[in-house]
Amino acid sequence: MKHVITALVQNQPGVLAHISGMFAARGFNIDSLVVGRTEDAELSRMTIVVVGDEAVLEQVRKQLGKVIPVVKVRDFTNTENVQRDLLLIRVHAPAEKRPAVVDLVNLFRGRVADVARSSVVIELTGTEDKIEAFIDLVRPYGIRELARTGVIAMLRGGRK
Amino acid sequence: MAKTDGKKYKMKLEQGFVGACGGEIIHQILTDHGVDLVFGFPGGALIPLFDVLYDSDIELVIPRHEQGAIHMAEGYARATGKTGVVIATSGPGATNLVTGLANAYLDSTPLVAITGQVKSHLIGNDAFQEADMTGISRPITKHNFLVNSVDELGRIFTEAFHIASTGRPGPVLIDVPVDITVNRLEKPANLTMRIPGYKPSTSGHLRQIESAAKVINESKRPLLYVGGGVIHSEATAELRAVQEKGRLPITTTLMGLGVVDENDPLALQMLGMHGSATANYATQECDCLISVGARFDDRVTGKLETFAPNATIVHIDIDPTSISKVVKADVPVVGDAKDILAKMVNFIEPKERTEWLEQIAAWKKQYPLAYEASDTTIKPQLVIEKLGELTNHDAIIATGVGQHQMWAAQFYKFRKPRQIITSGGLGTMGFGVPSAIGAQFASPDATVIDIDGDGSFSMTMVEIITAVQHKLPVKFIVLDNEYLGMVRQWQEMFFDKRYSGTVHPCPDFVKIAEGFGAKGLRVEDPAGLTDALQELLDYNDGPAVLVVAVDPEENVYPMVPAGKSLHEMELGRLA
Repeated sequence: MKHVITALVQNQPGVLAHISGMFAARGFNIDSLVVGRTEDAELSRMTIVVVGDEAVLEQVRKQLGKVIPVVKVRDFTNTENVQRDLLLIRVHAPAEKRPAVVDLVNLFRGRVADVARSSVVIELTGTEDKIEAFIDLVRPYGIRELARTGVIAMLRGGRK
Repeated sequence: MAKTDGKKYKMKLEQGFVGACGGEIIHQILTDHGVDLVFGFPGGALIPLFDVLYDSDIELVIPRHEQGAIHMAEGYARATGKTGVVIATSGPGATNLVTGLANAYLDSTPLVAITGQVKSHLIGNDAFQEADMTGISRPITKHNFLVNSVDELGRIFTEAFHIASTGRPGPVLIDVPVDITVNRLEKPANLTMRIPGYKPSTSGHLRQIESAAKVINESKRPLLYVGGGVIHSEATAELRAVQEKGRLPITTTLMGLGVVDENDPLALQMLGMHGSATANYATQECDCLISVGARFDDRVTGKLETFAPNATIVHIDIDPTSISKVVKADVPVVGDAKDILAKMVNFIEPKERTEWLEQIAAWKKQYPLAYEASDTTIKPQLVIEKLGELTNHDAIIATGVGQHQMWAAQFYKFRKPRQIITSGGLGTMGFGVPSAIGAQFASPDATVIDIDGDGSFSMTMVEIITAVQHKLPVKFIVLDNEYLGMVRQWQEMFFDKRYSGTVHPCPDFVKIAEGFGAKGLRVEDPAGLTDALQELLDYNDGPAVLVVAVDPEENVYPMVPAGKSLHEMELGRLA
């Protein structure tokens, strides 16, 4: 079972190593870990997708809370939330196949970010499910390169 | 306990401390935190800091190896509850602290470790004596810092002492590049701590405390299972009040020894792999297990699936990650044991629990900790029993790790907290000699005895030189069986007596002691044991070593074999 957890952390050297090291040392299984700035210049937000049952999730929450530069931990399990992942994908698309690929991009409300003679780079945001569905659909054309950011998340309904 | 007092220091700073160099700032913060003794070993990256300490009132103890320094600081901290301070130079000096940091982390010992680092601009260049200490120490410290400028030095040291000594205590490492110890402060430093994520819960939740008391009141066969957290929390009196009001029998972990007088009829001694049969049977039979400041270590629980199978689990701990990590708690209470127990006593109903206490008394009678006596060879257990009698069970006992450690835990019969200084979580061989020296520095008038094995003793015996240098009357007892006995015992029991690597020929420890400038004694005949122990105890002109040639193939019993349940103990020859 996948769970999304965010940790608000103080911007300090070593904090990412601290948290990723803790996950490795305790044998927690992570799917993705994203770090980025927030509205407060002194704080960053880490969004972590963890794989495990409720007991694992509880330990993850507590162990994160124990890391001193971690200011706040939020578990998105059983919440109304918005989750987004960003995909950049280079797909084999020579002129004769390009319209079909672009059709798919449009259906998914993605964007063609770059066009070359025999391939295109596509950007797409959405939930992990949507991204994965798109990848499956373009796979027959030939995936040359793929990069994903991992999930970031926010609660719905005005709550912080 | 060293208290953080940022305010006082801030005032001093504003009264003209601007212009001080990093070394002077470190010195001032140490002084403000009540540090009067530090353990440290010099080196290139520390020369400016040691230059400041040269004129200081802070006593600087120089060991023979940095591992000795940190175990001394641990012994000092464990004997007093104050934060121990250790200093080591960059590179190898700092990496020699690693074992001690891991040891202090697992046993929740408050320490501040200061490591020198190469000059700021050289960091990351593989400079001479450079090691990434914040990287290396991250998983074995409560927190660590790399100081980036002299401006933040005061704040970081203030935070370090606060973090080390509050909540669940632990080691904090501060890596200080040498240029920062020389640089001078140009504007008043801001000492306000900036650790918004660090808010250890101290006050227990009243509703949880009431629920816990209710479970205890309703139980017929309750058992207190108490660990080192009660000692860190200084909660012995509060624990006793709860225990006496509810007539609750009590077993302790290795780290919890001393929270209750082990001669008390309600005290069941240690539980777990080498615990008393009574404690282990009581754990398996109880209907309510009240864990206070303990963490269900695998050496305590044995096979988890069948651990305390009938019990409702109440778990009191200041560290939320300890709760439901190993054993699911039915009633968790997060907070300081002292606060929680003081509140809980009001909800505990006085009960007699006659049937349960009679059962316990019967087990105690049937399965006392015992061993086969001998007229021809000295039994190691006898040495410790005699030592207990001769010192009125009142000495501070340090140990190494192995069979001798378990016998010390089983047979000394501790009476009060902070009396045993031993490596519980990490199981660090070699801990005994330096930690005893650290404890003697902390309590100059106390009788401090290191009960050691020949294996553990060999690892750190060089620190006896430090005790000689400071004329400390530390007593060292080496139970010499010329084996690495605990591993040999496992090989005997589970590996067809194939003693791979555990035959341990020893040098003449008496001559070594004498060469170091200490007194050396040896006894081989059971008839001479009492006199030899008395001679050791009476010698106070410096350290003394008593080598006791013990029965080489004696085993520690009871023993719960790895992977078995607590009630599946091997009771030994007396069973």
